[in-house]
Amino acid sequence: MNLKISMNNISFNESLKKLGKKYKIYGPKLFPFAGRTSDTDLVRYAEVSTIEEMVFDKKSDFSPKEILLPQNETMFYFTEKEYKEPDIEEKDTLIFLKSCDLHSVKRFDEIYLKNKFSDIYYAQRREKIKFVVVGCKTGFDSCFCVSMGTNIPENYSMGINIRDSEVELEILDEELKDIFNGEEKKFKIDTVTENKIELNIPNEINLEDVIDLKLWREYDKRCVACGKCNFVCPTCTCTTTQDIFYTENENTGERKRVWASCHVDGFTDMAGGHEFRKKHGDRMRFKTMHKIGDFKKRFGYHMCTGCGRCDDACPEHISFSNCIKKLIAELGGENE
Amino acid sequence: MNNIYMPKPYKILSIKKATNIEWLFKVEFDKTEEINYGQFIQISIPKVGEAPISVTDFNIEEGWIEFLIRKVGKVTDILFYLKAGDTLFLRGPYGNGFPFDEKYKDKHLVIVAGGSGCGPVRSMINAVHKKFKSVKKMELILGFKDTNCILFEDDIADWQKENNLVLTVDKLCEGDACDLGISEGLVTQHVDKLDLTDINDLEVVIVGPPIMMKFAAMEFEKHGVPEEKIWLSFERKMSCAVGKCGHCKIDETYVCLEGPVFNYIKGKKLLD
Repeated sequence: MNLKISMNNISFNESLKKLGKKYKIYGPKLFPFAGRTSDTDLVRYAEVSTIEEMVFDKKSDFSPKEILLPQNETMFYFTEKEYKEPDIEEKDTLIFLKSCDLHSVKRFDEIYLKNKFSDIYYAQRREKIKFVVVGCKTGFDSCFCVSMGTNIPENYSMGINIRDSEVELEILDEELKDIFNGEEKKFKIDTVTENKIELNIPNEINLEDVIDLKLWREYDKRCVACGKCNFVCPTCTCTTTQDIFYTENENTGERKRVWASCHVDGFTDMAGGHEFRKKHGDRMRFKTMHKIGDFKKRFGYHMCTGCGRCDDACPEHISFSNCIKKLIAELGGENE
Repeated sequence: MNNIYMPKPYKILSIKKATNIEWLFKVEFDKTEEINYGQFIQISIPKVGEAPISVTDFNIEEGWIEFLIRKVGKVTDILFYLKAGDTLFLRGPYGNGFPFDEKYKDKHLVIVAGGSGCGPVRSMINAVHKKFKSVKKMELILGFKDTNCILFEDDIADWQKENNLVLTVDKLCEGDACDLGISEGLVTQHVDKLDLTDINDLEVVIVGPPIMMKFAAMEFEKHGVPEEKIWLSFERKMSCAVGKCGHCKIDETYVCLEGPVFNYIKGKKLLD
């Protein structure tokens, strides 16, 4: 049974404090003047202890994926003779996030828990994570969650609406029911029902029908292959392993796993120098097809959640939703 | 829970020079029974990284596995400093390998391999040659850049005794000497030398650089070989080999999981 209550901010924060003994609590946090241009702020996921610290009236520049899959993670410590796994984080994790980002977790689970093999690093972290979905009413200018079907949250431990002086809570998790206490209240978790951007993506897009389209050629020059779109994307799961060794003792070191980008040079380079998708437009096509074509062919649903962060981050102001629109038009779909 | 990325240490038994830049590493291995022809292993070297390398041969009774390593990258460069008795870290085998029992058994098997593409098919050729596996007939076209690049000369001499084998180099130079009887030209130019009378009985395996596989497959199509009887083995960048890192993905297919061996019907649609 889910419990619906209301709490004022002070008592909500007290409950968070209690929870903090067992959980690391993450939410989108504002870092002043840390944005990518002068005098702008950065919102990214970090440990928080109060509801006021969490920023939900701005879109977080980065998604919570860095908690699921750190940008830089040690897989092994090694000597010449031995590989050793790092210790596991003991605390549990609670993440405050919006519905679109909650849907991205399903995509991560698909790759890192399933897809033939389960990844131990991800699995160990994942089983300790609970999600608190934060109601979202209108989204932002570049969002298209409704078109991607990610506006309605699924599989969460608790849902909240942040109001002026109170927090509305829908609690499904038994442990959290003991921690958060308040007055019973009837309400619904806010969801976006309409975005400014609407896309009507076909159920099936075949690679052979799109690979030679002229529209990719615009991105040959426009895209500078910086990979920012991949790094801010809540569903980009690619990584590369890198070995490092310590300068003090060159025989010991770490095997790390770092985020990788299909837009950045080197993603397909093989030893010996052969490379696939040299043109930046072909990389745009590869990413686009993964997000709205081939992931669905393999797993049954679109990878893109419609969060629009790639549009916000692109230094060349390339719009992914606009690219999708152009593609749909080429394929004879309904979008203009 | 099992850590799929954990490599295990194995002892290098011997190292043999195949060409100046390609050496054969024979390594102790405890999971030879799991290996299928054409599969690959992640070779893992602390401080340097990992690289997917085809199993070029293996022996279940003696418990070893062999790699043909070309000196072309970070990991392979370091391998050339190692010697017999040193330790190599491995994980695998990975990938599907060739569907021998399902598709090639008792058929007329044609194998076309170019350069280091001979690596992935060698264990299968050996198995047929040594009669561990039965086919109606095996014919081979092996192509190399020049005579200095010819791999597995001893094996070729052996294979030649019982099988129709065309050994070809792109261009013959003056004074080129080889006891094996060399032809000149690309592998596609020698398809006519094969016995293609009963196409229904045929299965064609093509392994080599992408451009070679493409034109060789087209050549067999021209000779009336249906797509479903042609098989290719792909090579792509891989970091994890277990369907996570994303580097080897083409369309919805992960080369590390569903490949590296593909039927041509599928393979020709795998567009990068």
